[in-house]
Amino acid sequence: MAIDPSQVPRFAHGSRVPGWDDSADLTKDPAVVPDPATTPVPDHVRVAIEAQMAKYPDVRSAAIPALHIVQREHGWCSPTAIEQAACVMRLTPAYLTALATFYDMFSTTPKGRHDVYVCTNISCSLLGADAVYEAMLSAAGDDPDFHVKAFECLGACDIAPMASVDGEYVGPLELEDCARIVEDVKAGREVLPDKQLRKRKAAG
Amino acid sequence: MKQLFENIDDPELATLDGYSRRGGYEMLRRALQTEPQDVLQEMLDSGVRGRGGAGFAMGKKMSFIPKGTMDKYLVCNADESEPGAFKDRELMQKNPHQLIEGIIIGAYAIGANKSFIFIRGEYKYPADVLDAALAEARAAGYIGERILGSDHTLDLVVHRGAGAYICGEETALLDALEGKRGNPRLKPPFPAVQGLYKGPTLINNVETLMNVPVVMRLGGAEYAKIGTETSTGTKVVSISGCVQRPGNYEVVLGTSARKIIFGLAGGPPEGRTIKAWFPGGSSAPVLPGTDEYLDLPYDFDSLAKAGSMLGSGSIIIVDDSIPIVDVALKTAKFYRHESCGKCTPCREGTNWTVKMLERVRTGEATPMDLDIMASVQEQIIGNCLCVLGDSMAMPIGSMIKHFREEFEAHIEAAREQNGLGAAIPQVNRGRQAGPYPMLDPADVDPTAAVA
Repeated sequence: MAIDPSQVPRFAHGSRVPGWDDSADLTKDPAVVPDPATTPVPDHVRVAIEAQMAKYPDVRSAAIPALHIVQREHGWCSPTAIEQAACVMRLTPAYLTALATFYDMFSTTPKGRHDVYVCTNISCSLLGADAVYEAMLSAAGDDPDFHVKAFECLGACDIAPMASVDGEYVGPLELEDCARIVEDVKAGREVLPDKQLRKRKAAG
Repeated sequence: MKQLFENIDDPELATLDGYSRRGGYEMLRRALQTEPQDVLQEMLDSGVRGRGGAGFAMGKKMSFIPKGTMDKYLVCNADESEPGAFKDRELMQKNPHQLIEGIIIGAYAIGANKSFIFIRGEYKYPADVLDAALAEARAAGYIGERILGSDHTLDLVVHRGAGAYICGEETALLDALEGKRGNPRLKPPFPAVQGLYKGPTLINNVETLMNVPVVMRLGGAEYAKIGTETSTGTKVVSISGCVQRPGNYEVVLGTSARKIIFGLAGGPPEGRTIKAWFPGGSSAPVLPGTDEYLDLPYDFDSLAKAGSMLGSGSIIIVDDSIPIVDVALKTAKFYRHESCGKCTPCREGTNWTVKMLERVRTGEATPMDLDIMASVQEQIIGNCLCVLGDSMAMPIGSMIKHFREEFEAHIEAAREQNGLGAAIPQVNRGRQAGPYPMLDPADVDPTAAVA
């Protein structure tokens, strides 16, 4: 039984296959390297990116550090953020977008200011990480300041189940700690000072 | 015996003063007074093997770097993302100067003038510690032009990644460091010949490089006396999962696994037994928790002989309260998420394995699917540019091998629970495997097989 391709419905982006990443707008011309004259870049962003570029024999190596800088500045890797990085680095926005969609720490959609990564990998999930993740989601609720994400192994299985709150590793987490994390972050305090990994002694 | 974890919890160790007071950077001074060839010889004599996963002899790897004047690079792989591994984090955070010293000596031996520490982006605090230590080392003249009056010049950059397991693979790491997506490269050429920016590149794990000052202090021959004949030195073992005292323990290679799991980490929680354990991170084939395997010496060769591997030295314990299907599904989902998508067997194989395991979980699978799943794993191994796919295929394959009955019982139980009725007989279309005889298609009622 042959399949008539013309009978297969198309997706909204025009293709008959569902697609993996965000589709490109085929009606637009490809974006070129942004013109510095028409792309305003804040001075401190430019200085920070240029400092990174100076560290490497090939300036492209600074692409990931540059994306970290603009993501911090804009909250996410927005088209404007990527354009600014591309302008300073003299790369096309497409080059940087390809990177931003590849790496887990970059977000190409708007996200909350505070990153809460809950590790849900093997060691953590053996000790109840999935429940912690659910509790964290409900503790953060629909607060737009929080970006709660289930993350792959964060490299802290000794404090499983654990989470990284704006880069600070905390654990082992109980379900009720999730509400405390939200309170601490909102109040601008140190997060769970008694459970921070940096204060933990080595096992031996 | 502790080489890397000596005074590890002393906060002073992370500072230049504290490290120097304990004899830090003395080995660098000594190395700079000898020829690079002599340092290389010490590393060869020591027999120290890579601590990152592959276990390749470090001295041999260094000797592959071409001699002569050219742009050579040393890259420290600190992209520790293997589930179950967390030793490098603790080492970098508490003893950063030993790593920096190891890098300088290593770079001197191979004649590299530019070095990088590629640290995963999630390790914010360890990266900050490294940055601070690097600034101190630079101010003290250990990093920069003409180090301590010698002819050796070295620059070191701490490069933060952005979250991708694949960047722990050495060629993917190089691509990421060059500012690209972390896709593995075709080998050969190996990085030792053509690596970063097309120059010869030595890539070593954090713990391996931290052993360089130790080898210099003891001398290669003396270092080789620690541990077993083919697995020399000490190893920081990360132990996690269902144990009472998870954490990093530095042990001499060849210590029995039982001593590490029960003696140091306290064994599984009260009243539980070990069902299975990953001896070397989630990429290693699992071993059952029987005496035969628990009494193995914990070293590279003994574990390889037992059908697993030491890998990054990360033990994950799964106790008898955990269904093995859940562990398999978690593992497979992780690799599906982290597959970079470049090679088909890995991209598709990880995806299909997850789908099949989900069917096992809900009871939609038949025992025959386990054979198909096992054959999918075999099709992945060795067929990709890097070993990410293999890293899923090996544990999943070993779980099916050791725990087949549990998978089958799980299917039956889930089938009953979800009201799917009795198992449907199927024609074994695939390779004949396991206790299921090939059915003659003529014996099967075709209308019954279609559900």
